Amino acid sequence: MTGQRFTILSGNDLVTGDVTWWTGSGWSRHVNDAVAVGADAGAIATREQDALRVVGAYEVNATRDSAGIRPVHIKERMRALGPTVRLDLSLRPDDPAAIGWIA
Amino acid sequence: MADTLIRLRDDAASTAPVLTLAEIAGVSNAAAVRLVPGDDARALLPLIDQLELVEIAFPAYTDGRGYSAARILREYGYRGELRAVGDVLVDQISHYARCGFDAYQPDQPLTRAAVDKAIATWPEVYQRTVDGRVPIWALRHG
Amino acid sequence: MYLYDTYDQAMVDARVAEFSDQVARRLAGTLSEEQFRPLRLKNGLYLQLHAYMLRVAIPYGTLNARQMEMLGQIADRYDRGYGHFTTRQNIQYNWIRLDDAPAILADLASVGMHAIQTSGNCIRNTTADHFAGAAADEVADPRPYAELLRQWSTFHPEFDYLPRKFKVAIIGSETDRAAMKLHDIGIQVVKNAAGETGLRVHVGGGMGRTPMIGPVIRDWLPPLQMISYLEAALRVYNRYGRRDNKYKARIKILVHELGAAAYAREVEAEFAHILTLGLEPPQAEFDRIKAQFADPAFDAAAPHDIDLSDPDFALWVDQNVHPHKAPGYGIVTISLKPVGGIPGDASADQIRLMARLARAYSFDELRVTHAQNIVLPHVRRADLYTIWQALDGAALASANLDLISDIIACPGLDYCSLANARSIPLAQKISQRFGDIQRQRDLGELKLKISGCINACGHHHAGHIGVLGVDRKGLENYQLLFGGSEGADTSLGAIIGPGFSEDGVVDAIEAATNVYLAHRSGDERFLDTYRRIGSAPFKQAIYG
Repeated sequence: MTGQRFTILSGNDLVTGDVTWWTGSGWSRHVNDAVAVGADAGAIATREQDALRVVGAYEVNATRDSAGIRPVHIKERMRALGPTVRLDLSLRPDDPAAIGWIA
Repeated sequence: MADTLIRLRDDAASTAPVLTLAEIAGVSNAAAVRLVPGDDARALLPLIDQLELVEIAFPAYTDGRGYSAARILREYGYRGELRAVGDVLVDQISHYARCGFDAYQPDQPLTRAAVDKAIATWPEVYQRTVDGRVPIWALRHG
Repeated sequence: MYLYDTYDQAMVDARVAEFSDQVARRLAGTLSEEQFRPLRLKNGLYLQLHAYMLRVAIPYGTLNARQMEMLGQIADRYDRGYGHFTTRQNIQYNWIRLDDAPAILADLASVGMHAIQTSGNCIRNTTADHFAGAAADEVADPRPYAELLRQWSTFHPEFDYLPRKFKVAIIGSETDRAAMKLHDIGIQVVKNAAGETGLRVHVGGGMGRTPMIGPVIRDWLPPLQMISYLEAALRVYNRYGRRDNKYKARIKILVHELGAAAYAREVEAEFAHILTLGLEPPQAEFDRIKAQFADPAFDAAAPHDIDLSDPDFALWVDQNVHPHKAPGYGIVTISLKPVGGIPGDASADQIRLMARLARAYSFDELRVTHAQNIVLPHVRRADLYTIWQALDGAALASANLDLISDIIACPGLDYCSLANARSIPLAQKISQRFGDIQRQRDLGELKLKISGCINACGHHHAGHIGVLGVDRKGLENYQLLFGGSEGADTSLGAIIGPGFSEDGVVDAIEAATNVYLAHRSGDERFLDTYRRIGSAPFKQAIYG
């Protein structure tokens, strides 16, 4: 099922480089913690970058399905998971079904 | 636009009007000129003994044509002021100096101390350019 | 091999100090990301798909055991226990913390290594024949020239903001093992009838979205004018190369648009001027460098004949050991392409093992190849069995050099933010489909190269079979090319037809190999047969 599209905010942690998602009050490595952002996305990105909490923040299109939040573009799903060829280093290391979530 | 001008020269700055490459063609006593990216520095060679100031514009620091322009002028014996103008950042200063620039007029604030520190970044250098520094290959062989 | 003196060491130490200061300014917020980005890129530090990535230079692909061990230590200490050897003879670490980067550069500097100019629109790491100084077919050793180029290009003040990145490769034999003609500048060290050494210079080759084979711009250059000539070649490019369009900014476009002859004339005029300036390091400096690349003390009594009764070992010797110029020695290529593995990846333990083997059996030397394998250049044939056993115990003994499973693959969408499609899973599926080594050997030399986007880091244009990953309406799609080569017979592959899914492209490749087997004559390679019979039979077999 493909739900309605909405926008979430992503970037990388300035210090660790980890992929992070805006939760409404902070940043999480898990895309399912992301919240929809609206016209304030740019302001949040600027504020968080200026505060050195994130680098390169930008808006990502997503939908919601039974598994949770699903970024529309494969590149963003890859960022949300980690390398499919090293699932042991991904955020779902014990879940072979994670690869199916990418394609 | 900041009005910072840092000159690493002892002489007085030129007060001559700064002309474009197109403008100097009709002026017999031109003393100051500004080159923009794409201008041929060699067009100034007939004038290098009379020029006091050559400004080289860097609209974006990523456009490196000005480095070649500067070095060419020095290689042919230009002794006047060579001023980098525009998007001139501290992290490029050591390269500017090595290519013959001796004055900086950056859009962003820049201090003389920062310029001096930047020029001192490399204890020695690998290439012979126009700054008079003795390259490492020459130091190795006396 | 070349070892840093106090001057070289001072340069990399100064770089560590400078970059430490830049990172501190970034972490303190006094440098914005916009300001910091070009500075970190000049040190090979990217913000990649998942994290910061550090690309470390391995100049002309040569390193000693201590340096290799440091690469393993960095993988363990700062990354996740592995590194990725690239088609540019570099190594990349995928999971770097920004605040660790200065310490990593300091560790690298402690063994005479760096990440200088491994990105950015500057002169990149010079690459070279990975068999330099060892190959039986070598005319002249390119490494002293490569080291001269390394020093000359390091912090070159005029050429740090070129229109686009700039890659130089150098070889010293007729067999091109460095894809020399597909570089911005390719240099071949040659000898004339009188036995004098000279340089033949190609300019304007490259892959990417507009692949071109670099034409000869200078057929004969006295070796001690190399730096002056390159100053001229680069200056013409810096002044006249296009800056209006990123995709037309490489020197190949300038050479193509001007015409090779007109470009050569421009360079000659600049060269004549530069020769008056005394920019060339003297013979004494060349001799100083060359002395460090003198042959190691080969054992003149080393036997050629060895016990090949172990069939797996014999297979590996036949496939992965090349003739060495010294009797009784061989050149070992360690394949980083196990069936189902990730091309070019090596764990920290594997890296350390290769370092130990180099110290014990290869005069303390290793090479990284542009095909993402590791070379032990100077091995006594009598030691091969011991080495093979050690490699076999570490999953490093794949006997597949230059076979269909010895795949070049860029990191692709699994790691790279530029990619449109994944490369590695496709490489894994292909190597599994053709997993049987006898089947691979029957197919013979077959260079398969996969890029996950048009930037062509996986050299797909130069593959006998090339695969290009593209984005088709949000789905990964793969185009198939045939007929490329990066050797002395360099050619560019052509797209055979409409693209495929991941599984579809594996099937298509298998169909193509069947066409080859049906048509090959004598000892033709896949490439030779393709060139002889053309694309039609392949199209017919693949598309019906």
